[in-house]
Amino acid sequence: MAQPNGTSTTQALGALDFSDAEHREVVIIGTGPAGWTAALYASRANLAPLIYKGPEPGGQLTTTTDVENYPGYPKGVMGPDMMQQFEQQAVRFGTDARYGTVTDVDFSARPFRLVIDEETPVLANAVIVSTGASARYLGLENEQRLIGRGVSACATCDGAFFRDEEVLVVGGGDSAMEESMFLTRFASKVYVAHRREELRASQIMQERAFANDKIEFLWNTEVIDVLGDEQVEGVRLINNETQETWEKPVAALFLAIGHTPNTDIFEGWLDMDEAGYIQTQPDSSYTNIPGVFASGDAQDHVYRQAVTAAGTGCMAAIDAERWLSEHPLEEETPATTESPDTEEPAPAAA
Amino acid sequence: MADDAKYVTLTDANFEEEVLQSDQPVLVDFWAEWCGPCRMIAPIVEELAADFEGRAKIGKVDVDQNSKVAMKYNVRSIPTLLFFKDGEVADQVVGATAKKQLSKKLEALMAQPA
Repeated sequence: MAQPNGTSTTQALGALDFSDAEHREVVIIGTGPAGWTAALYASRANLAPLIYKGPEPGGQLTTTTDVENYPGYPKGVMGPDMMQQFEQQAVRFGTDARYGTVTDVDFSARPFRLVIDEETPVLANAVIVSTGASARYLGLENEQRLIGRGVSACATCDGAFFRDEEVLVVGGGDSAMEESMFLTRFASKVYVAHRREELRASQIMQERAFANDKIEFLWNTEVIDVLGDEQVEGVRLINNETQETWEKPVAALFLAIGHTPNTDIFEGWLDMDEAGYIQTQPDSSYTNIPGVFASGDAQDHVYRQAVTAAGTGCMAAIDAERWLSEHPLEEETPATTESPDTEEPAPAAA
Repeated sequence: MADDAKYVTLTDANFEEEVLQSDQPVLVDFWAEWCGPCRMIAPIVEELAADFEGRAKIGKVDVDQNSKVAMKYNVRSIPTLLFFKDGEVADQVVGATAKKQLSKKLEALMAQPA
């Protein structure tokens, strides 16, 4: 179990005066399908939730095109459109939606303390974490240097800049296939480098990609360097079976190698697995801290779908509503032993 | 807010006059209709235009209609936000970002001597 020693967090928070801070029943962090669904349910439960949109409002779906697997949209829906509809539905019932990023938290006692954009203190009786996950990069020095200069994790944003040029996609899952097929609208050729010999993508996506004659697969192949001064001019590849390396001139490198959870600010407070996914108690959204609930991709490394994120967002709002009605703040002694199924004692308050 | 927009719509034609010859710092948002993250941060850029009215200029370039400017500044990813001072690019942000990040960068530019 993580120890909420909060050394660094407490110092950063220490400088802030919370005595006049806005005090809310529920604060929701993040605005993907999990956050908006939590907001929808919490607002319909008259909890007047406050939701912060974070650094990537709308989340991962804003970088997709057609969402074909969200039930209720028989003809598909554009990801950004769907997120705007989620927002409208949540706001209709009284959700208070704001631009801003939660940059620090103190979960040692109720009300919980949150810092918005490193300067604004906010208090919350309950917190729903729906911070999602962000695109993963390879972690190469030249890759970071050339972000926005041909290195991209958003084909739908940047594909059109590479009309009639050759580009390379890294990855082997559904999003790699989707991005590759999208890119064929613009690029003259799309190489897909995958480190294995077969794809992880679903059958339907594989079939579509194989049928596209602008797409060429490079199996057992990894990108080991990105070439170019001012912009991407090529990549250095390695065949991980033969160890042969070679340079391939391409104008862009698109990453589709998965995501990492956006949970850094909860380190030391919330129990996480090694990859940083928040651990929730079975069949619930309860974290190790009573009154803090987690939903969506921040706690899900298995399903990671819009519909499962929405489902867990709903669970978090219902869990929060019930928990708040059982634990009104007046009677609250600092968080101690409230969660339903923990054998270990919850962390002591600071 | 949309009715009395405080930001300037920039084009290949007016970029020189509105941005390069501006005596105020200028934040330029390169965007396109088909870019989801651009749409999501559009309200942030509009809020900044209101917040900095009279102190800094906020402009938006639709890269579909104005490819010359986008090419000149080697924009190959959107949203890209370029900060101009005295006709030169002084800072940049690629990708969706928090409003606070942008306002901090603008404040920093205004604090610098011309």
